[in-house]
Amino acid sequence: MAFVNLKKKEVQVKIVYYGPGRGGKTTNLEYIYNKFNDRIQTEMVTIKTHGDRTLFFDFLPFDIGKIKGYDAKIQLYTVPGQVKYDSTRRLVLRGVDAIVFVADSMKVRREKNILSLKNLQKNLHTYKKSVFKIPLVMQYNKRDLAEQGIPILSSETLERDLNSQLKAPSFEASALTGQNVAQTMKKIISMTIRSLQRELK
Amino acid sequence: MDYSLGHEQLNTIEAVLQQDLIDLGVNCVFLIDMAGNVIANLDNGKIKHDIYSLAALAAGNFGAVSEMAKIIGEDEFSLLFHKGEKESIHFSKVMTDFLLVTIFGKETSLGFLRLKVAEAIGKIKRILES
Repeated sequence: MAFVNLKKKEVQVKIVYYGPGRGGKTTNLEYIYNKFNDRIQTEMVTIKTHGDRTLFFDFLPFDIGKIKGYDAKIQLYTVPGQVKYDSTRRLVLRGVDAIVFVADSMKVRREKNILSLKNLQKNLHTYKKSVFKIPLVMQYNKRDLAEQGIPILSSETLERDLNSQLKAPSFEASALTGQNVAQTMKKIISMTIRSLQRELK
Repeated sequence: MDYSLGHEQLNTIEAVLQQDLIDLGVNCVFLIDMAGNVIANLDNGKIKHDIYSLAALAAGNFGAVSEMAKIIGEDEFSLLFHKGEKESIHFSKVMTDFLLVTIFGKETSLGFLRLKVAEAIGKIKRILES
C-alpha cells in the first residue's frame, strides 16, 4: 500500500505506467508535465538511452492537496517497455499502488500488448500482488494514427485482447495530442484514492 | 513490504539522524524504503535538494546495483558511494527494506562518515525492530 507518514501527515502514492516498448508511456508523462506545470514543482526525471528510449524509468511527482487531512503526493513512474529490460521493470514495480496499462493501438503491435500484459501479471506476482486486485486503468493509445491511414486495432479488439477478464476502466487516447491523457490519470488517481481511503479509516 | 511506523518511532529516528549525522556536519540525510518513499529527511538548512526525485533515483540505483551483485555471485553490495567535486553521496542499507542516504561536503571525511553512518544504522535498526 501507499506509504503513510503519520508524523508529517503525508501519503505517497506510486502509480506506474506499464506497457510495450514505444507505446507512449513517457509521452503520457511528458504531456502531464507540460499541462500541469503549475502543480509540479520539480523537473521530470528521466533516464533514457541516446536513442531516446526509456532505459530505467521516468519519474514525475506532484501534489494533489489533502485527503482526510493527509497531504497526498502522487508519484508517476514509467517502466522501460523493451522486453530485455525485465529486471528494471520489476524494480520499478516495487511498492506500486496502481497501474496504467498503455496499449499500442497499431495493428502490428497487437501481440506485443498481450505479452506485455502477461509480463505485468508475472512481475506483480513476484511482489505478491494481483493484476485483478490492484487499481488499474487501460489506455488504448495512438488513436490519432488512424487519420494518417496507419492500420489500428478497433477498441473492441483491444478490449477483447486485454480487458475481457480484467474489466478495468478504459480510454481511447492519444498521448501525442493529449486526448484522454488527463482523464486516464484522473481516473487512476481517483481509484487509488478510494482504495487508500479504505485503508486510512 | 507492508510496514507502518508510529509517531514516536519517527521522532526517535529523526533525533538519531540529527545528532549522529547533521550535527557532525553532514549536509543532508534521508531514510527511504526500497520503493522510493521518503520516511524521514533532514538537512542543515543551507542546502535544498529535491528529496523525492533523489529518493526515487536512489532506490532505483540501489536496486540496479543489487542485481549486478547477484550476477557476479554476491548477495548484495551493502554500501555505495559516489564522489562529487563539492558534494558526495553515500548509500547504506538498513535491514532488508530501507536505505539511508547521506549527502556530505569536502569537509567531512569518508572514513568518519562511514563510522557515523554505521552507528546511526545500529540505532535505527533497534527503533525499527521495536
